[in-house]
Amino acid sequence: MSVLVYTESEEGVIKKIALEAVSYAKGIADQMGTSVTAISINANNTSELAKYGASKVLEVSDDKLNKFNGEAYADAIAQAAKNEDAKVIVLTSSANSKFLAPTLAVDLNAGFVPNVVALPERTSPFKVKHSVFTNKAFAHTEIKTEVKIVGLGKNTFGLKESETSMSNEAFSPNLDAHDFDMEIVSVDKATDQVTIADAEIVVSAGRGLKGPENWGMIEDLANTLGAATACSKPVSDMGWRPHSEHVGQTGKPVASNLYIAIGISGAIQHLAGINSSKVKVVINNDPEAPFFKAADYGIVGDAFEIVPQLNEKLKAFKAQNN
Amino acid sequence: MKILVCISHVPDTTSKINFTDGDTKFDTNGVQFVINPNDEFGLTRAMWFKEKQGAVVHVVNVGGPETEPTLRKALAIGADEAIRVNTPATDGFSVAKQLANVVKEGGYNLVIAGRESIDYNGGMMPGILAKLTGSNFVNTCIGLEVDGDKATVIREIDGGKETLKTSLPLVVGGQKGIVEESDLRIPNMRGIMQARTKPLTVKEPVDASAETATVSFEKPAPKGQVKLVDNVDQLIDLLHNEAKVI
Repeated sequence: MSVLVYTESEEGVIKKIALEAVSYAKGIADQMGTSVTAISINANNTSELAKYGASKVLEVSDDKLNKFNGEAYADAIAQAAKNEDAKVIVLTSSANSKFLAPTLAVDLNAGFVPNVVALPERTSPFKVKHSVFTNKAFAHTEIKTEVKIVGLGKNTFGLKESETSMSNEAFSPNLDAHDFDMEIVSVDKATDQVTIADAEIVVSAGRGLKGPENWGMIEDLANTLGAATACSKPVSDMGWRPHSEHVGQTGKPVASNLYIAIGISGAIQHLAGINSSKVKVVINNDPEAPFFKAADYGIVGDAFEIVPQLNEKLKAFKAQNN
Repeated sequence: MKILVCISHVPDTTSKINFTDGDTKFDTNGVQFVINPNDEFGLTRAMWFKEKQGAVVHVVNVGGPETEPTLRKALAIGADEAIRVNTPATDGFSVAKQLANVVKEGGYNLVIAGRESIDYNGGMMPGILAKLTGSNFVNTCIGLEVDGDKATVIREIDGGKETLKTSLPLVVGGQKGIVEESDLRIPNMRGIMQARTKPLTVKEPVDASAETATVSFEKPAPKGQVKLVDNVDQLIDLLHNEAKVI
C-alpha cells in the first residue's frame, strides 16, 4: 500500500505544482503510516521529488505520450495505482489533472474530491476540506470508496521539504489503441508568457483602463514582475482581451501569491475567482469600489499615473535586490 | 444528430452563500436559481446545431421538482424536450451514473455538459459520464464542430489551446468560448409560451450510490481591513517586508 502522486511535467521539466502535490502526498502518507510513490510521464529528471518525500518514482517514457492525452494518461496512472496497491491518489488542479481525474475515478472505482485545501482531517473515514461555490465557501467531504482520489488546489499546501531516499523504476504501462482515439491536430500555446495557472504573480486590469490600447502599461508591469496578465469579465466580453485572460466565477480561478487589480471594481463574481490568492492589491480611483473590501493593500488614485510609477520603482527595486 | 445538454440548477453568480442546519445545508432562502453558466454556453451551441444541422436537442437535469423552472427556461431558449431524473444530485459520480442511463436509453450521440457547475465545482461529471458510456471526451471545450460522426474540438489548455479530431459518441465539458457571451439568448415571449407545452418527462432514478458525502460547510474567515497607502514606495515596501511576496 502507498500514496500515489502524479507529478506533472511540462516539456520534460517537473512543475512546481507537482512538487507541492508530493509534499501533500507525503503528509497523507505520514498520517497513514505508509510511503509516497510518484509517477512521472516523460520527465527528464525526477531527482527533485526525493526532496519533498517521494520514496519511489515510476518513470514512464513513451514518445506516444509527448502530448497530453487524458485517456492514455489516466490509463497509465490507473495501472500504476493497481501495481502499487495505492489507496490514495493525489492529483493537482491543473487543466490536465482535471481532465484525467474523472476517467481515473471510473477506472479505479474511486471517489474523487477536487480543489482540496488541507491534509485530511481524518483518514478513516477519509475526510477532506475543499473549496466550493468558487471559493466563497469550504466543504468537508468524506470519500467512502476504498480507493480515493484528491485534487490538490494550487498554492494551498505549499512546498514542504522532507528529504527521502528515493528509488527510480522504469514503468511501461500497457496502452491500447483506444487510448489514442483522439488526434491532436495543432497546439497553439504562447511559450514566452507566464500562464495564469502557473504564475506566482498576476497583474489584472478592468474597464477602468478605458480601452485595449492602454494595456501596454499592464504588460510592462507584468514583465517587470515576471507575472501573468489577466482581466475582468467585461473586458473579455468586449473583446479588449482574450477569453483566456478572463478571471472570475465563469472564467479562470487565480491562486497566485500576489494579485494586483487595476481599475477593477470588484464584482462578487470576480472576487470569488481570485479569493484563493494570498495577497491582493487594488489600484482604483473610486474609494467606494467593492474591491477595497477584499484587498490587503490599496491605493486610491488614477491608474494611468500610478501604474507607470509603480513599474519604474519596481524596476529600480528589482535591480537593487537581485 | 441527437444532442443531450446537461443542465445543472445552480445559485445565480451574485448569490450570497450561507448555510443552515448547523452548517450542513446550503441556505436557499432568497437565492435565485439559474442554468449553470457553463451549461448555458453549451446549450446555446446546441441551438446552433439544431438550426444549422437539424439536430434534436434534449436537456436533462438530475434533481427534485424545484429544478423544473430551470429546465423550462432551457426549453424556452429552444430545446425540444426536457428530462428530469427524480433524485437529489448528491455528488458528481452518482449524477453521472444517472445520466449514463439517460444517454443509453435515449441514444444520444453528442452530450454537451459544462466544464463544472459553479456551486460545488466538482468538474467530474462529464468525464465520468464519457467513461461510463464509452464515449470520447474533451474537457474545457471552447470550440465544437460536427460533420457526420466526425468532430473537431478546440480545448483550452493552461496557456493556450489545442485542436483535436475525434468522433461521436462524444461528451464535452464546455465553457465560455464554445459560444460567445453575446451569443447567449434571452427567452422571448413566444419561446416561453412554447416551453409550457413542450414535453418534460420525469424519470425515476436507477440504483446508483454516491462515492462521496459532504458532511458540513464553512465560510472563509472574515478578512481584515485593507491597508491604504499613499504612494508606490510604501506599497513596494509593504509587499517586500510585510507580505513578502516580491
